[in-house]
Amino acid sequence: MTFFNFIVYVVIGVSAVLSYFVLANWAHDYLVGKFSKKNLQDSIFRPWIFMAPALIILLVYLIYPVSETIRLSFFDNYGREFTGVSNYVWALNDSDFRQSILNNFLWLIVVPTTCTFLGLTIATLADRVWWGVFAKTLIFMPMAISFVGASVIWKFVYEYRGAGNDQIGILNAIIVYFGGDPHAWIAIPFWNNFFLMVIMIWIQTGLAMVIFSAALRAIPEETLEAARIDGASEVRIFFYIIIPFLSETIVVIWTTITILVLKVFDIVLAMTNGQWGTEVLANLMFDWMFRGGGDSGRGSTIALFIMLGVIPIMIWNLRRFKMEQER
Amino acid sequence: MKHLSFGKFLAHFFLLIIVFIWVIPTFGLLISSLRDKDQVALTGWWTALKHNEFNEIVRTEKSTVQFEENGVFVITGNLLKNSSSKSVINFGITSKNPKAFKAPSKVTMKNGSTFYLQKDGSYRWTSDKAFKHKKGKRIFLTVNTPPSLTLENYKEVLVFRGLGQSFINSLTVAVPSTIIPLIIGAFAAYALSWMNFYGRDLIFATIVCLLVVPLQMSLIPILTVYNQIGNFFGVSAKSYVGIWLAHTGFGLPLKIFLLRNFIKSLPHEMFEAARVDGASHYQIFMKIILPLSIPAFASIGILQFLWVWNDLLVALVFLDKMPSEIVLTSRLREMLGEFSQNWEILTTSAFVSMIVPLFVFLSLQRYFIRGLVAGSVKG
Repeated sequence: MTFFNFIVYVVIGVSAVLSYFVLANWAHDYLVGKFSKKNLQDSIFRPWIFMAPALIILLVYLIYPVSETIRLSFFDNYGREFTGVSNYVWALNDSDFRQSILNNFLWLIVVPTTCTFLGLTIATLADRVWWGVFAKTLIFMPMAISFVGASVIWKFVYEYRGAGNDQIGILNAIIVYFGGDPHAWIAIPFWNNFFLMVIMIWIQTGLAMVIFSAALRAIPEETLEAARIDGASEVRIFFYIIIPFLSETIVVIWTTITILVLKVFDIVLAMTNGQWGTEVLANLMFDWMFRGGGDSGRGSTIALFIMLGVIPIMIWNLRRFKMEQER
Repeated sequence: MKHLSFGKFLAHFFLLIIVFIWVIPTFGLLISSLRDKDQVALTGWWTALKHNEFNEIVRTEKSTVQFEENGVFVITGNLLKNSSSKSVINFGITSKNPKAFKAPSKVTMKNGSTFYLQKDGSYRWTSDKAFKHKKGKRIFLTVNTPPSLTLENYKEVLVFRGLGQSFINSLTVAVPSTIIPLIIGAFAAYALSWMNFYGRDLIFATIVCLLVVPLQMSLIPILTVYNQIGNFFGVSAKSYVGIWLAHTGFGLPLKIFLLRNFIKSLPHEMFEAARVDGASHYQIFMKIILPLSIPAFASIGILQFLWVWNDLLVALVFLDKMPSEIVLTSRLREMLGEFSQNWEILTTSAFVSMIVPLFVFLSLQRYFIRGLVAGSVKG
């Protein structure tokens, strides 16, 4: 793959898609114009020409796989023999699986909460200082970085050298400087989960901050002014006016980060690969997809448990969408 | 008034601390990628701008280079290989006492010869008798090394560790995987917002549901299909086309959703006017909607581009790990195992993988934020 090949690939790939739309619409206009006296404007075929690629891709890449994954979870490792609920029984008795469920819960509790809290704090603080925009840019920057890149950054922060050596990881260096003992942070069972969560929080706080910033600006100045005139303290204003005003924003941030956290994979794979009690569902599933030639039954079962987590959010979204339609 | 300024001070103070904590890890990565690899392994990156002391063991020249001068046998040379920036602090001639002498000084060896070492590492070794040693004599040095930043690590990873290739591979995955869903999504979004057809609301409701379906649900069935196609045609199941389509599939619901919201928000009168003039939907789309949607395309495109560029899972499942296909994130992950102690390689590689996202972020931040906010407010 050279740079020249890259250009050729891109041109071919993109023009294939473009030419479908151009050719299909051209053919449509030609044929409809020839065989039908009806107005071209309200052709019943046109919507389907517009929709066809999207529908086919959604069908092949999302709808079929979801039903297939559900089916495979009741079959053996090759997906050939029906085995009933044995994959589910296996999962509930598997220590790695239980560990993953527990860890996912831990992530779900800690990460969205911390991101929301920090995001709101930073957005509020940044509104009050003249260099707030600059501060927000710096805090937002990790959003652009990949989880793997972020993992390298933080693995370097947590790097451990035996006691007595110069520490090259900044966390241990600080601890040694204040007279503590260095630790291999990512290998300390239970607590290491939090060291991995820090990475996700470091990345996602920027998102929460940006959304809160936008929402804070939408709070009418008169309301705040009125409260101040009535003698309300800043703290009271924050809890009795700003927080209720932001309640929907908080829910949005919460669900967005929750969906992301449910699927957390890259960080765990890159930092520990699930060792030392840090396994999570997405990494366990990836493991079973390829372990011993791959076990589609167990992999699918694990995927379904991830899916289970997003179903409440899905229903909530759907209801909100319906309300919007009726409005 | 006094109370207020104290609050302001606290705001400055806390925000400064938070920004500091947020930036330090990335800053450390950047500095480390620019340091000499020996220094990265031995000292913390925060010492990069400080002089450091290193212990080195070097050898003098062999006896073959000696010459006679006024009846004395002489060997001269430089223990620091003429590196002008380093300097010798202490030296010793036995391993028991490697810091015995302070440079410059004159030392008498066991055999009666005289060894004179200067701070810059040059030495003059004189003896009444001819030198006979075959291997150079060992000298223990404490060397003062000045801070030095280098681009050597970047050359190393880009050329010799295959990261340059991976960079192009990542582009090959990310660019079509960004453009294709945008085109397909835009047509679908137009149909869903301004055309009437049977089942439209059901299709859109389905798309709303698909927004949150974890892609883990798709991996196994699609991989199986790809393997079957590969087997049937006798080709590899892992290909660029395969991953483009996979990324298109996983990103499409959000793209359609966001573009529909955008297209629906465009003024209806403009659309009606075009209809009255006899324009077909295709003409309206190409001539009116497309030009108006450029800012929305920018926001949504950046979001998708960064998502694909930063993705690891889809690349691990649908692309091969051979040099011609492995993408940056995947290669970086391999390197974490391969070079787990070579932090100069890891930090540099991580930074290479971050250059494009950081550039996109810094130059198109406004569009990026707009896309993200829209994506989460509704998703």
